[in-house]
Amino acid sequence: MSILVNKNSKVIVQGITGSEGEFHTRQMLEYGTNIVGGVTPGKGGQKTIEETINVYDSVEESVSKTGANTSIVFVPPPFAADAIIESSYAGIDLVVCITEGIPIHDMVKVKQIVEKNGTRLIGPNCPGIITVDECKLGIMPSFICEKGNIGVISKSGTLTYEAIDQLVNSGLGQTTAIGIGGDPIIGTSMKDCLELFQEDPETEGIVIIGEIGGQMEIEAANWAKNNMSKPIAGFIAGQTAPPGKRMGHAGAIVSGGNDTAKAKMDHLEKCNIAVSESVADIGALMKSLMN
Amino acid sequence: MKIHEYQGKQLFKKHQINIPIGIPALSIDEAIQAYDTLRSDIVAIKAQIHSGGRGKGGGVKIVKNKPDAEKHIKNIFGMNLITHQTGIEGKKVERLYLESGVNIKDEFYAAITLDRNKEMDVFMVSSEGGVEIEKVASESPEKIIKIWIDPLIGIKSFQIRKLASGLGLTGSAFKEAAKVFYKMYECYQKNDASILEINPLVVTGDDKIIALDSKFNFDSNALYRQKEILEMRDLSEEDEMEIEASQYNLNYIKLDGNVGCMVNGAGLAMATMDIIKIAGGEPANFLDVGGTASAETVKNGFRIILSDKNVKSILINIFGGIVRCDRVARGVVQAVDELGLSVPVIVRLSGTNADEAKEILSDSDVSVIPATGMKDAAEKAVKAINN
Repeated sequence: MSILVNKNSKVIVQGITGSEGEFHTRQMLEYGTNIVGGVTPGKGGQKTIEETINVYDSVEESVSKTGANTSIVFVPPPFAADAIIESSYAGIDLVVCITEGIPIHDMVKVKQIVEKNGTRLIGPNCPGIITVDECKLGIMPSFICEKGNIGVISKSGTLTYEAIDQLVNSGLGQTTAIGIGGDPIIGTSMKDCLELFQEDPETEGIVIIGEIGGQMEIEAANWAKNNMSKPIAGFIAGQTAPPGKRMGHAGAIVSGGNDTAKAKMDHLEKCNIAVSESVADIGALMKSLMN
Repeated sequence: MKIHEYQGKQLFKKHQINIPIGIPALSIDEAIQAYDTLRSDIVAIKAQIHSGGRGKGGGVKIVKNKPDAEKHIKNIFGMNLITHQTGIEGKKVERLYLESGVNIKDEFYAAITLDRNKEMDVFMVSSEGGVEIEKVASESPEKIIKIWIDPLIGIKSFQIRKLASGLGLTGSAFKEAAKVFYKMYECYQKNDASILEINPLVVTGDDKIIALDSKFNFDSNALYRQKEILEMRDLSEEDEMEIEASQYNLNYIKLDGNVGCMVNGAGLAMATMDIIKIAGGEPANFLDVGGTASAETVKNGFRIILSDKNVKSILINIFGGIVRCDRVARGVVQAVDELGLSVPVIVRLSGTNADEAKEILSDSDVSVIPATGMKDAAEKAVKAINN
């Protein structure tokens, strides 16, 4: 078991003929991801990746020809919102959007549409998902992962890798790691992922990595307090971030009040989530909770 | 991206939102000329900087005659305006806006922005206009009327009626306000704004609705399709080093400490700043070098960090994924060699090809301090300052 993706996921890559799309398609194939096709409008009928993967003009066509149920989006920002909506209307169950820099007004609309259509969206502006030894749907360095019983949820890309690395050094492997993205509007929240991990019998502990800005960590903690039976180790980045400054992620901006790192750390602790003050102690903290 | 008040008002005008008659001025002479052109009994002289609280800082004056106008124009133009938003260093005033006075009957607050929690835009109005709205929000939240806009259908007339009647408006003022609210949403949508705020929005003696101020913020991700907005960008309002960094595709924000840092990824960069603090130091900056940390990137990163004279040591923290650590290590060696760095450089590389990277660093002639893990790196960076 795992969450969201496994070796049976039938994946199409939107933007497969772009340089990013092609590069990461190779990496994902190498990991064993079941990629059944790619979509680039205007390039339908071509074959890519040494003539092994069919390219289709539309998601709809790729679904009818391959039975795809999962999509990963590497489409440039001006067209990415459209790409997600296209997948949603083509009946794709899970869309992972890697693209960074989608206009916020576009994402506000996308969010309503995927909810209406019942499509699960991860991201945008995220490293994707990996179910260890089964399926990589993203851009993370998969060699750092080891199979185990910890779920990882993170707003940040490289901080996800840091956490995975520390878990492995502490002797803990992972079930699934999800980079949910750092934008103000994202498809799947931290709380949504906690729910999935709670139901997954293989996952026995969870690491959550948040950052300044927004209320997602607070919402997740409130839900966890009443519903989670598994131990959670948390970390919030941005304790030293000055208010009003955008720290790389569009979402990482402190607007004052209860979206500071301190406020979130305090709230997590109130909800019985163990909080690591230092980024260097995430792995050790999870280990201590598992003993 | 922010714009000046007078630029915001030009946008309002385009979207048929009424504004007072006004003229921007880029010099003292232009401003005096503008005063003459306005031929108004009452004129507001307003400093144009990208910060709120201009009035309190002495950057806005109301004048009734020419000698007063000349006096205040000369005082405000070129002054170092300090407000609660500029910080202690203040901001030099290089643009003025002169505006005819209006006959005010009532003042309101009106704004549209994204509500992250509801994942929709929220339209807020309050009868408590002209004052600090943050205070109203915390002390008497019931005085702020809010509606949330479904992005798939846009703002609906029942919602606009709720806003206008919530302000206690009736008759022609109600109708006027309804029109203005609709136009505000249109202006917010069409220009990819992330904040549109009017404080105060006033009702005049003859029941006209006029925007006395304008505050905009635009989504930087959408500027590619907003050429007109991009042309309004005033680079003199932005930090020089932050602009330079963005030209190299680096994301840099200057802070007050003395430990410089260079990191790949925004979250890891923030976490690095945090652990420097835990180790007893103060971070000098946020610097995210993004997904491709090449020799060129590292070199540009060094240049930008070292432009801050407070920096006494530099911590490089790279978690190699797609980025290969051996390449980063070569870049560090090359950059340190070429730039002849005088401050200690602490390097922590993890992930892809980290072992090769360590060998490259230890075999090189340049002196960098290798570190294992983030804690070790932060402690070494702080210790290096005290040596």
